[in-house]
Amino acid sequence: MIIKCPHCGPREASEYTYIGDATTKRPDHNDTDMDKWNDYVFLRENPRGAHAEHWQHTSGCRSFVKVLRDTVTHEISGVSLEGPWQVEDKS
Amino acid sequence: MSGSRLKYKGLFIDQSKPIEFTFDGKSYSGFEGDTLASAMIANGEMMMARSFKYHRPRGIYSAGPEEPNALVSLRSDGRLEPNCTAPTVELYNGLDAHSQNAWPSLSFDVMAVNQLFSPLLVAGFYYKTFMGTGQRFWHFCEHFIRHAAGMGKASLDPDPDRYEKTNLFADIVIIGSGPAGLAAAMAAAPSGAKILLVDENTHFGGSLPEERGTIDGSDPKTWAAETLKTLSEYDNVTMMSRTTVYGYFDDNTLGAVEKVADHKVVPENFEPRQRHLKIFAKRVIIATGSIERPFVFDGNDTPGVMLAKSALRYANRYGACVGDNVALFTNNDDGYTTAHQLRELGVNVTTVIDARKSINDDLPQDTNIEYKVGHVVTSASGGKALSTMKIAPFDADAKTIGLESTIKVDALLVTAGYTPMINLCSQTGTPAIFDDEIQSFIPGPATRNWQACGAVVGAFTLDEILTTNKVENANKKAIPLALTDMPSSNKSAKKFVDFQHDVSVTDLNIAHTEGFRSVEHLKRYTTLGMAADQGKTSNMNALAIMAELRGISIPEAGTTRFRAPYKPVALGTLAGRDVGKHFSVTRRTPMHDWHMDHGAEMIEAGIWYRPRVYKKTGETVTDAYIREAAAVRNSVGIVDVTSLGKIDVQGPDAAEFLNRIYANAFLKVPIGKARYGIMLREDGYMFDDGTSWRLSETQFLMTTTTANAAGVLSEMERLLTLVWPDLKVHVSSISDQWAGMAVAGPKSRDTLEKVITSVDFSEEGLPFMGVRDGLIDDMPVKVARLSFSGERAYEVYTPTHFGSDVWEAIMKAGEAFDITPYGTEALGTLRIEKGHISGPELDGRTTMADVGLGKMASSKKQYVGSILKERDGLIDDDRQTMVGLISHDDKPLKAGSHLLSGTDNIGHVTSTTYSPALEKFIALALIKNGSTQMGNTLSATFPLKDEQNSVLVVEPHFFDKEGERLYV
Repeated sequence: MIIKCPHCGPREASEYTYIGDATTKRPDHNDTDMDKWNDYVFLRENPRGAHAEHWQHTSGCRSFVKVLRDTVTHEISGVSLEGPWQVEDKS
Repeated sequence: MSGSRLKYKGLFIDQSKPIEFTFDGKSYSGFEGDTLASAMIANGEMMMARSFKYHRPRGIYSAGPEEPNALVSLRSDGRLEPNCTAPTVELYNGLDAHSQNAWPSLSFDVMAVNQLFSPLLVAGFYYKTFMGTGQRFWHFCEHFIRHAAGMGKASLDPDPDRYEKTNLFADIVIIGSGPAGLAAAMAAAPSGAKILLVDENTHFGGSLPEERGTIDGSDPKTWAAETLKTLSEYDNVTMMSRTTVYGYFDDNTLGAVEKVADHKVVPENFEPRQRHLKIFAKRVIIATGSIERPFVFDGNDTPGVMLAKSALRYANRYGACVGDNVALFTNNDDGYTTAHQLRELGVNVTTVIDARKSINDDLPQDTNIEYKVGHVVTSASGGKALSTMKIAPFDADAKTIGLESTIKVDALLVTAGYTPMINLCSQTGTPAIFDDEIQSFIPGPATRNWQACGAVVGAFTLDEILTTNKVENANKKAIPLALTDMPSSNKSAKKFVDFQHDVSVTDLNIAHTEGFRSVEHLKRYTTLGMAADQGKTSNMNALAIMAELRGISIPEAGTTRFRAPYKPVALGTLAGRDVGKHFSVTRRTPMHDWHMDHGAEMIEAGIWYRPRVYKKTGETVTDAYIREAAAVRNSVGIVDVTSLGKIDVQGPDAAEFLNRIYANAFLKVPIGKARYGIMLREDGYMFDDGTSWRLSETQFLMTTTTANAAGVLSEMERLLTLVWPDLKVHVSSISDQWAGMAVAGPKSRDTLEKVITSVDFSEEGLPFMGVRDGLIDDMPVKVARLSFSGERAYEVYTPTHFGSDVWEAIMKAGEAFDITPYGTEALGTLRIEKGHISGPELDGRTTMADVGLGKMASSKKQYVGSILKERDGLIDDDRQTMVGLISHDDKPLKAGSHLLSGTDNIGHVTSTTYSPALEKFIALALIKNGSTQMGNTLSATFPLKDEQNSVLVVEPHFFDKEGERLYV
């Protein structure tokens, strides 16, 4: 599987580390509701088909990317940079 | 057997270049260009193997990688390679091949007695015999069964050859160089696209040497030669032979193995034996062709029975003749062509048996051949070499046979049609679709950027392949698959479906009777198609028989999906050069050479090499670490801590960031001070510990444990990028930029004062947890007054390239105090005496409270894991908590021992040592509700070594609980 890093170009998946589901949202840091934290840490959808997930280019530029991957075919339909340096995906 | 060499000189061999080789120690000769199988046939040796279960004699069955029978071991010692298919082994001078699964010899195999028990050894034998009898009976029998059943044995010696891995990129990858593959390459080459044409065989051209008719006005052989020449002139076309694509993975990535030097006695200097190729393809053309399909009849595994087209290949390519008196059993017109071609080459085909009721009048016939249309072969016999076959008139509608007659033959060639090799297509996930016309599965629609062409999609004639138009050809229509299983008059008929796993029609019947009816169940219960050949010759016949038993159609019965690898791949090839020392990276500290020069025994700590102990003459490891630890308590010691993770945290929000990720407060750490901190995971368990030094308002130097250095950095990056992108902080790993050493003991200050200038080492000048910059000569150092040992101690960091000079300078300064270098063992001793946690206690299942650090957690702020650490299960009173243990028996304790209170298992020992300070064997342990167990005696048991020790439970702080020695 090849993931197109917005900085480094198309690179093999073995250069990346899978971080996790990109659709979960961490509760506000000062939120004290245990259920929300439980959901954030432990609950995941397991969709068949389109899925957004985070990968880190650990053996490359170390940036975090959001990868839109089909869980059935592993086809990747988009990769975008995450974080304060977020830019438009020009691919 | 009567195999021999024909007068006709084969296309692929050079009869002027003889080659000597051995099989089972006996010498044979062949010619350059031969395969092991073709040379053995020419030498009259058809039988090459004993079967997997019944040890039946087996001969060469095919001329390609689909070979189910003729499996041999090649070479010996470290180069031994089991389970090679003889038809794909290229002959070379000195080739040393052996038969497998036979003892004492191939021709006299005592295990052939298994054939007598064949009614017992059917599908499900092991389940039925050993389920419920208990483990003991199985363990008793296992040795004998494993000895009796099986394939070749692997060598226990290391393989002296090298294997390599490489990546290739191509616009178009064409797999297979038969008519379809070559036509595709010719069509694509002028476009300028980067084309890679791969073929698993030694020669390009696939079936073309045996094809008839004309292509572009030339005969197929000439066309192939011209096409290959044209292609070789294109700069954008790369052709690789001896290269098998074994797997089709995600994103059009192909796995392939190139046999670089398998055809040589030994690889040349620096030449790999095999090369693993990872091919990244924009588009893939699958032109993998088809293989011939066998008939199923009594004795169909007798040596001398083989696929018809394979016999033709042996004759045409190698001049090898499979027999003197040859019969051919077919159910299609192509069988006639094969018979006639064989005769033209000089092979004496005398009889053609055709299962069909009638044939077209215009089908050419040869006057030297007797045609038995409407007949089938009902049995073949002869033991180690085919001698006779029985044929009988066949009523296809009733599936009955008439009166049998016996015919003497020494070779029986079979062809029941063709099976497309859809393996790679199937690996992409596309379903297999049953094509009624050819009675075979063909690939479904492409799910990715690939395309199949040629025989793999059922185009079995040249016209079809080259025009890509389906030609309506009545003669091509295959007769129903269900008619490949021949009736027999023999009640104990042995009709094999899967030769390699010895699965017969009887086994399929048993599986069906016992309810294993879905194709998935049948496959697993009988192991059909699960041998190294993945059922290439057996799957279709098995499906047909199964569908027949269930009274349903083949597409209704369905098929299983093919998985990689298409052909077995050697583990050495997958490993490439990542073996031995090269399996993982090795990291050495800048002081490594010094350690080695001073008697250090090194230990792997993750990927780092660290000194374990520095042994003096005559010392054991235990002697050495006790001496080293005592030296630290009594005077001064020095330990290399370079392997700790070091992270530079910079930015206006650095303190705020650390305050969010450490469980204790970090906002108000003064500049020039360090603080010990604990990080939790999001789920509330402990993640890592270490110190962070505030170097300026906006900069911290964070240290982590050796093991978690990479994980902590990634987690910090994740939080900064995905969770708090608003925080103005940047983190970088500086583990490699700094060498570190801890100088510990009452004389540590005296030592460092002598060598580090511009640092005031007084209590006020450098208080506990203080951080200062200094110089040793002109080498910059950072000094932090931290202690892991409990003694007055300092960590000294310096840029990596000064590491060994700084170390030596400190050693010199410490000479007056007999400074002692110490390793990880003494480091462990000192911290266990103090009850400080390390890896064995930070095992990912402990909370701060479990290890006695609960009070350190801030209650005034939220931090990563602060809410979830309060989950019921994590604050339960019965959780295992950390305690100290003292051996009652004055015996060493073992980490991992279970701790028993009476008969209750209440926990385990985590870290152990001999304490020179207490002069006792001590340990740290995690036990249920530890604080209530103080003063109790437990049994530490280590069942693997049958050891029991009586231990006293104490507080986990064995030494200097008040911490006074930090200020000595």
